[in-house]
Amino acid sequence: MLDVLSIASRNLARYRRRTLLTLLLIVIGMVAVLLFIAVAGSFRAMMVGQITDSILGHVQVHRKGYVASIDNLPLNLNLKPPMVAKVEEDLKQNPAVETWSPRVKFGGMFSNFVETTAIRVNGVDPAREAATVPLLPGRMVEGDKAGPLVGRGQIVIPLLLARGMKTKLGDTVVVVATNRDGSVNGRTFVVRGILESATGPGGRDGYIHIDDARELLRMSEPEVSEIAVRLKDFSKLGRVEGQFRESLGGLTNKEGKPVLEVHPWSDLSPFANLARMIDLMTLFIKIVLVAIVLVSVMNVMIMAVFERIREIGTIAAIGTPPGRILSLFLAEGLMLGIVGTVAGTLVSLAAILGINLWQPTFNFGQQQNLVMAPTIAAGDVLTIAALVVVVAIVASLQPAWKASRMDPISALRHV
Amino acid sequence: MSLVRAQHLSKTYRVGDIEVPAVRGVDFVIEPASFVAFVGPSGSGKSTLLNLIGCLDHPTSGTLTVLDADIATLDRRAAARFRGSHIGFVFQDFNLIPVLTVFENVEYPLRMVQEWPAAKRRAQVLRLLEAVGMADQADKRPDQISGGQKQRVAIARALVSQPKLVLADEPTANLDHDTAYRVLQLMKKMRDEFRTTFVFSTHDPKIMGEAESTFILEDGQLLSAAHHNAAEAAHA
Repeated sequence: MLDVLSIASRNLARYRRRTLLTLLLIVIGMVAVLLFIAVAGSFRAMMVGQITDSILGHVQVHRKGYVASIDNLPLNLNLKPPMVAKVEEDLKQNPAVETWSPRVKFGGMFSNFVETTAIRVNGVDPAREAATVPLLPGRMVEGDKAGPLVGRGQIVIPLLLARGMKTKLGDTVVVVATNRDGSVNGRTFVVRGILESATGPGGRDGYIHIDDARELLRMSEPEVSEIAVRLKDFSKLGRVEGQFRESLGGLTNKEGKPVLEVHPWSDLSPFANLARMIDLMTLFIKIVLVAIVLVSVMNVMIMAVFERIREIGTIAAIGTPPGRILSLFLAEGLMLGIVGTVAGTLVSLAAILGINLWQPTFNFGQQQNLVMAPTIAAGDVLTIAALVVVVAIVASLQPAWKASRMDPISALRHV
Repeated sequence: MSLVRAQHLSKTYRVGDIEVPAVRGVDFVIEPASFVAFVGPSGSGKSTLLNLIGCLDHPTSGTLTVLDADIATLDRRAAARFRGSHIGFVFQDFNLIPVLTVFENVEYPLRMVQEWPAAKRRAQVLRLLEAVGMADQADKRPDQISGGQKQRVAIARALVSQPKLVLADEPTANLDHDTAYRVLQLMKKMRDEFRTTFVFSTHDPKIMGEAESTFILEDGQLLSAAHHNAAEAAHA
């Protein structure tokens, strides 16, 4: 094998300019892919992090049918205390779960005694909510970020409402809501904080204490609209979500149908489509890389075979087995792939390091000056490297096969 | 026992719908350790005969046995194995591999065809390079030596795996007369030293005089066969 690699390397060095050009193409392709994966990956991770860590949590548990009508924030599809107990029991036993936050959600009217507008109210346990969506307190543009998110009799309102209704910290406002039975109730709150939206200017979510929410809705028992769950390791989302579905699926109604449903964050946010688009673009750019490597290596190997026909005839005539001739040319493709991969990886890692040192900033939604910090997993580098090497070998296969099948007499006569 | 035996040997090529006979019903025998020339003008069938003896081609009819093997029965891989084990080749254009040194070119059949162990391989290559007078050029590349030297290296390469038979197609065609003569003397010396049969083709009457057996070909047919020992006389 070393003999074959030695001869292959010399043949590559023989056509130095062509070999360098091919290597350059492979390096450019690899750098483009690895940089894209690193930059788009970090943007995606940041974006997903913003959505999950400041609004949704990683997974949510609802009563069956709730998500289908989530725009109406239905109060008749809340989780009853036995259901909540069952869910919490399961969550306690699952070692992948870091924490969770029960929420009571409803639509209401928000009034500053002069004007009235609609508001989506989240009744939360402040400590558990802050633990489940840790970026939420940081979104507070006015008010104490460090203290409890919201206390009894307090409300945190979205920036949109604060500006539109000219409401300031410490103002007293009224929230009016209709409960499940259709009766209307209202109570006053003191504005404790003003939240910027995580995803854009359209946010209408306000936060009050969960006990205030239950009081306002005149709940006879502590119902919950949803339970947002935070996992210890976000990368295990798919597996843990499956575990939830399995364990919570056992809770059924009289007809034997499951009463609970489990949704990962991606089922609940339109930003999941953006994440999917990034994944799709990554796939496309990988396809472009495959095309670049395939065409450039195949081109150089076809030329190599064409220019060395007499040489192939000579080595075939003196008894070189066809398999050995095949391996001589495959080795050239393999070496192109390996050298291109190593060079491409080094250049890519240097570029990623350079971007991290440069620290360019960008905006996402209401978040300003987010620092772009691209990272790349070793698995991604190894996958792309393996892809390039395999494609380089595949690209060499046809020319190498042709060389190994060449008739020695015709090859020796070739001018 | 003969080394090569041809009986009613024919080879016909097909070019489109036209059949072109290259060798027509030839009979001959080549003895071991002989120094044989196939002589004739271009298109007389010399190269075709060498290709057939070298297991590079199959006869259309008749039989050809080389070292007791019926070459018509050898498939592509078996023919490659047979050539690698028993036959050496010397080409008109030397056909050395340009990326390999003189040493590596001679070593190639032992390294890539027969896979000899490194120490044994090195000793054998040095022995052959000494024999052809190229030991001091071992590290040079083919483009750094003359045509005559290239052919010496090619002869060393042909002999390195100790074949029973070396086939040389117009081995002196690209050499001046003095160099050609020296190459033929070298081939003869190698024959004497290694007891290897040399079969070469030529259209040069001066060169053919060096052969001990001569088969004269024309239009694919054997016109005559002569067995003599007049090399020195012819050259003088």
